[in-house]
Amino acid sequence: MKAKYLVGVLVILGALAYMIFGGLGRNLVYFLTPSEYLQDQAKYQNRPVRLGGLVKEGTVQYDKDRLELRFVLTDGVAEVPVLHRGTPPGMFKEGQGVVVEGRFGEGVFQGSNLLVKHSETYQPPKEGWTPEDVRKLIEEAK
Amino acid sequence: MLKATVSDRPDLFTWAFLGLGLLLLPLGLYLALSAPPDVNQGYLARIMYLHVPGAWLGYLAFFVTFLYSLLYLFRQDPRYDRVALASAEIGLVFMGLALVTGMLWARPTWGVYWTWEPRLTTTAILFAVYVGYFLLRGAIEDPELRRKAAAAVGILGFINVPISYMSVKWWRSLHQTQSIDLTTGKIHMAPEMLQALLFNLLVFTLLYLGFVRLRALVAALEARKEEA
Repeated sequence: MKAKYLVGVLVILGALAYMIFGGLGRNLVYFLTPSEYLQDQAKYQNRPVRLGGLVKEGTVQYDKDRLELRFVLTDGVAEVPVLHRGTPPGMFKEGQGVVVEGRFGEGVFQGSNLLVKHSETYQPPKEGWTPEDVRKLIEEAK
Repeated sequence: MLKATVSDRPDLFTWAFLGLGLLLLPLGLYLALSAPPDVNQGYLARIMYLHVPGAWLGYLAFFVTFLYSLLYLFRQDPRYDRVALASAEIGLVFMGLALVTGMLWARPTWGVYWTWEPRLTTTAILFAVYVGYFLLRGAIEDPELRRKAAAAVGILGFINVPISYMSVKWWRSLHQTQSIDLTTGKIHMAPEMLQALLFNLLVFTLLYLGFVRLRALVAALEARKEEA
């Protein structure tokens, strides 16, 4: 009985050590900005990285038939073209903060996973809107 | 909270906290479900009314464990240890709720259930530390050594709470920063949403107080049986 618990404690400690020294160390910098990425491009070549920034206005192209989403990721200084295969997440739009996981190749950043940030501000839609109006709006947008 | 003799039944306060909490729970749910949708997230933002009180009560519970672990080490009274234990256990329930609702919220908004970003990583570590707290308690047979070792984990483990809370500010994260920011006092939320959130926070606090008292009583009865 006691040995069983000790094994459990060891497993937890091992997992913690892994998270702290392996996972967390790498994750302290969760994503790179386009500027940081372009500065050290050689270092990140052929390595999976996360890039974070804003979707540049007017650059989003989505090919519904081939499921190819193209846009430009910007941090206001540098820009990186992104190609992501798959449908854009529901809250993806121009000007939105996103994090793309992937690697650079053939002149574009090939995203394998697209994560969309959202703001910490919560506001209801314009005054006088009923939940039904909003539901309709959300459904129309799909 | 600390009585000289252990009663067999929950006292009036325990019943009052639990009764009021359970009574107001449907009202909190009603307020959450009638709060307006968010302009960007629509109805998804309503998971907030479970997610945020869950996380806050988890933090609070681990703080109470920290406090009573300190008290135990100074006063060497097992009653303090029982409150520390009770609060850690209820804290795990609330933190678990925050993690699960967070994952359900993340999938439709961020696009994934889980990612190793700072807030999620530090909270996962926090959760694991308090799971370890109970594994440790189970591994030590000598009651006094068990209480002392648990108090050490209860005190040292608490360091993860401010780290988890501040992680969204200290590091680049996917998780948004606090909507009710305790470090600056700013609130980024419409009043009718804030009302629903604060009401649910009140309900969760009542339930927390009731459950901790109940759990500490159960621990006292267990201890009595262990001694006998």
